Amino acid sequence: MPQILNANIPNGALHEKWTNHIFNQKLVNPANKRKYTIIVVGTGLAGSAAAATLGELGYNIKAFTYHDTPRRAHSIAAQGGINAAKNYHNDGDSVHRLFYDTIKGGDFRSREANVHRLAEVSNLIIDQCVAQGVPFAREYGGLLDNRSFGGAQVSRTFFARGQTGQQLLLGAYGALMKEVAAGHVQMFPRRDMLDLVVIDGQAKGIIVRNLLTGEIESHGADAVILATGGYSRCFFLSTNAQNSNVSAAWSAYKKGAFMANPAYTQIHPTCIPVHGDYQSKLTLMSESLRNDGRVWVPKQKKDPRPPDQIPENERDYYLENKYPRFGNLVPRDIASRNAKEQCDAGRGVGETGFAVYLDFKDAISRCGKTDISEKYGNLFDMYQQITDENPYQQPMKIYPAIHYSMGGLWVDYNLMSNLPGLFVLGEANFSDHGANRLGASALMQGLADGYFIIPNTIGHYLDSITPSQFTTTHEAFQDASLQVKERIDTLLSIKGKRTVNDFHKELGHVMWEKCGMARHETGLKEALSHISKIRDEFWQNVAVVGEGNTLNQTLERAWRVADFIDFSALLVEDALHRRESCGGHFRIESQTPEGEAKRNDAEFSHVAAWEYTGEQNTPTLHKEELMFSDVILSERSYK
Amino acid sequence: MAKKIDITLKVWRQNSPKTKGKFVQYTLSQIDQDASFVEMLDILNESLTLSGESPIAFESDCREGICGSCGAMVNGKAHGPKKETTLCQLHMRMFDQNDTIFIEPFRAKALPLIKDLVIDRSALDRMIAQGGYISVRTGSAPDANTLLIRKESAEKAMDAAECIGCGACVATCPNAAAMLFVSAKVSQFARLPQGHPEREKRVQSMIAQMDKEGFGNCSNAYECEVACPKGISVSTINRMNHEFLRAGLKEA
Repeated sequence: MPQILNANIPNGALHEKWTNHIFNQKLVNPANKRKYTIIVVGTGLAGSAAAATLGELGYNIKAFTYHDTPRRAHSIAAQGGINAAKNYHNDGDSVHRLFYDTIKGGDFRSREANVHRLAEVSNLIIDQCVAQGVPFAREYGGLLDNRSFGGAQVSRTFFARGQTGQQLLLGAYGALMKEVAAGHVQMFPRRDMLDLVVIDGQAKGIIVRNLLTGEIESHGADAVILATGGYSRCFFLSTNAQNSNVSAAWSAYKKGAFMANPAYTQIHPTCIPVHGDYQSKLTLMSESLRNDGRVWVPKQKKDPRPPDQIPENERDYYLENKYPRFGNLVPRDIASRNAKEQCDAGRGVGETGFAVYLDFKDAISRCGKTDISEKYGNLFDMYQQITDENPYQQPMKIYPAIHYSMGGLWVDYNLMSNLPGLFVLGEANFSDHGANRLGASALMQGLADGYFIIPNTIGHYLDSITPSQFTTTHEAFQDASLQVKERIDTLLSIKGKRTVNDFHKELGHVMWEKCGMARHETGLKEALSHISKIRDEFWQNVAVVGEGNTLNQTLERAWRVADFIDFSALLVEDALHRRESCGGHFRIESQTPEGEAKRNDAEFSHVAAWEYTGEQNTPTLHKEELMFSDVILSERSYK
Repeated sequence: MAKKIDITLKVWRQNSPKTKGKFVQYTLSQIDQDASFVEMLDILNESLTLSGESPIAFESDCREGICGSCGAMVNGKAHGPKKETTLCQLHMRMFDQNDTIFIEPFRAKALPLIKDLVIDRSALDRMIAQGGYISVRTGSAPDANTLLIRKESAEKAMDAAECIGCGACVATCPNAAAMLFVSAKVSQFARLPQGHPEREKRVQSMIAQMDKEGFGNCSNAYECEVACPKGISVSTINRMNHEFLRAGLKEA
């Protein structure tokens, strides 16, 4: 039965909710904290920050990652920066403006109270990271430096060269290792979470596979935190890491946790274009490049001339022309869609015609090569390494690629899912970015959730339960590990003729073509039937070589791709249901005369939370109505 | 258009730490020179899988040179022939038609082999656990701009902080020392005021752990700097030695 979900948003004025809520939460006293065990899955920004902070508070933490060390999580690849409402530039920034920019950037499809809280704690994150010794960029006077990012007219982005994610993750990783040394956190590296264990409706543990020995292990706890990242790899080619996957979240979904807004996927406008069928990923070029780079295409279709021979008056700086107020710094969804529009109209450049120029010529002549190299040196080097072209001499060629997933497991204001005891943080949850995430906000959300939100909300839940009520001898653990073992045996026994990668590529192709930057009903229905065919063939014909009781990377991938196939069907289902355009979800049927996304607030101002109802069954749709008290819903304009 | 090349690979295959390893030869034809080195290995693994052979185990995640997962000795050089480049950012245009390429795991006693090209780098975590952080509570810190840090110090700290923990420095060092890895973290904090209160304890505990793990000592070969994909300078080792000496003197 469809239900109306309650997000447990506290009462009171928007800016007082979080402060009041912290006070109204029940606390666990310091001596009792050590009686509770909390499992944290994933050690990216959200997971490491949560495990470190909860460990520091005195809880027993068991932290899991499939990597060999927590520091490899894909948060490390975030380049550009992290937002905070410090207003150090005195350029009109404030908590309210960061809140407003984020909620508008998300096309009014996120929860007001969550977004405001995110903006409130943003400043604390910067303080904490500086105290940890994160080497943020500085000005000559010794103060912190900032830059601008898309969707904002202020400079509020803090950065550490082009490696902000790396430095923030290493800060969180350091904090985590401190707690490991102190004995508060036990690390379980090279473990893949394959199932969630639910007892009497509450999350009580997980089943993992030891990736080196193949052993299926049961781990019990009083609460389980998933910080397992996003699902962009269901598109095969994306900016995500090779191992990024949806399996942990998907296993929770199959155990009853609701999956919210899976159709909200972000396509990043500035990535290195696709070049060959062996390609395994699309490399992102940070959005910060749009501070100084100018996006353009030749006015003439299929112009064969090299860029330096196309005179100014024959170039179309289409973002600057169409959106004079934000120019090259429009939000990601808008920049992406416009690039696609230009290429579809035949004005794309490069070998395939699926690229636009990002040109630094003017910036270099204005500020000098040294200045540009100081800001973006590592990005320019990376571009040259991959493409063999020098971006100081000729414009970069870029094209949009799948980058981030705004959707994820449904959580309430406390970041708890509908399954009591299951908390979801960072990209793995759905709550803060609505239908489109602004640049430099992912790092902010991951760290906000880990350092400041969960430590203040999990205690209230823990106070309501008895610690260590169950052990892993409980039949729920036995059943779950048995099912995991059976599925592994099945994958190993198929011995088919097609590789896991081959299935993954086919799935990615369908998703990109039918459910990518532009979606319509017919295409989405075609995608559903195609995915179902891929699924059938996968379970008949996949080739997984080797054994289950040893390091077997093909088996790991097969498990993940099997889940991606099922998950993709849900993503398409959600895209079908949402007969409006909003943010990264563009339904061709719903656009303004100028071709911009057209929302339908009357019918779709809700979170779509899907409930699993069994294999091959249509999932049940539950709704959480989005209430807005402090913002007026308007058509997003960046013109 | 990129050229396509035919190559011969000699890859170290070893099923487990206890079994004997050996080089196995594979030939690959028509490899696009725009492919990355690990994409070339993907192509090989696809064909191995289809012929029922076990694919080569190797680690690689972000494929943009930042996570530190990948790494192998390519023709005797850590991460291959290109300077300041991880294996995943090495492209096949660095190789020529009919080249023979030797691929081996990073080898060091303290980073033991697990399978094929996969090694156990947990010793690096254990060294970080001994002081690669600020150990006071940081969750209720004063406003970030109350702490002024000279741009030059911040930049130098950042130079050291760029370490990705891949292990290339250890694998390249004739003594299998982890000095560059440890000194990068020590230098980052030595350059910043936040790191000063614990500077003595940090350098001493991290070095003690380094010795305990069985890493070798530095004999100034400077090979580590050449191999480092992030260009971390051996001057960080000077800095660490300085810190270590300083800590000892202060104690005395």
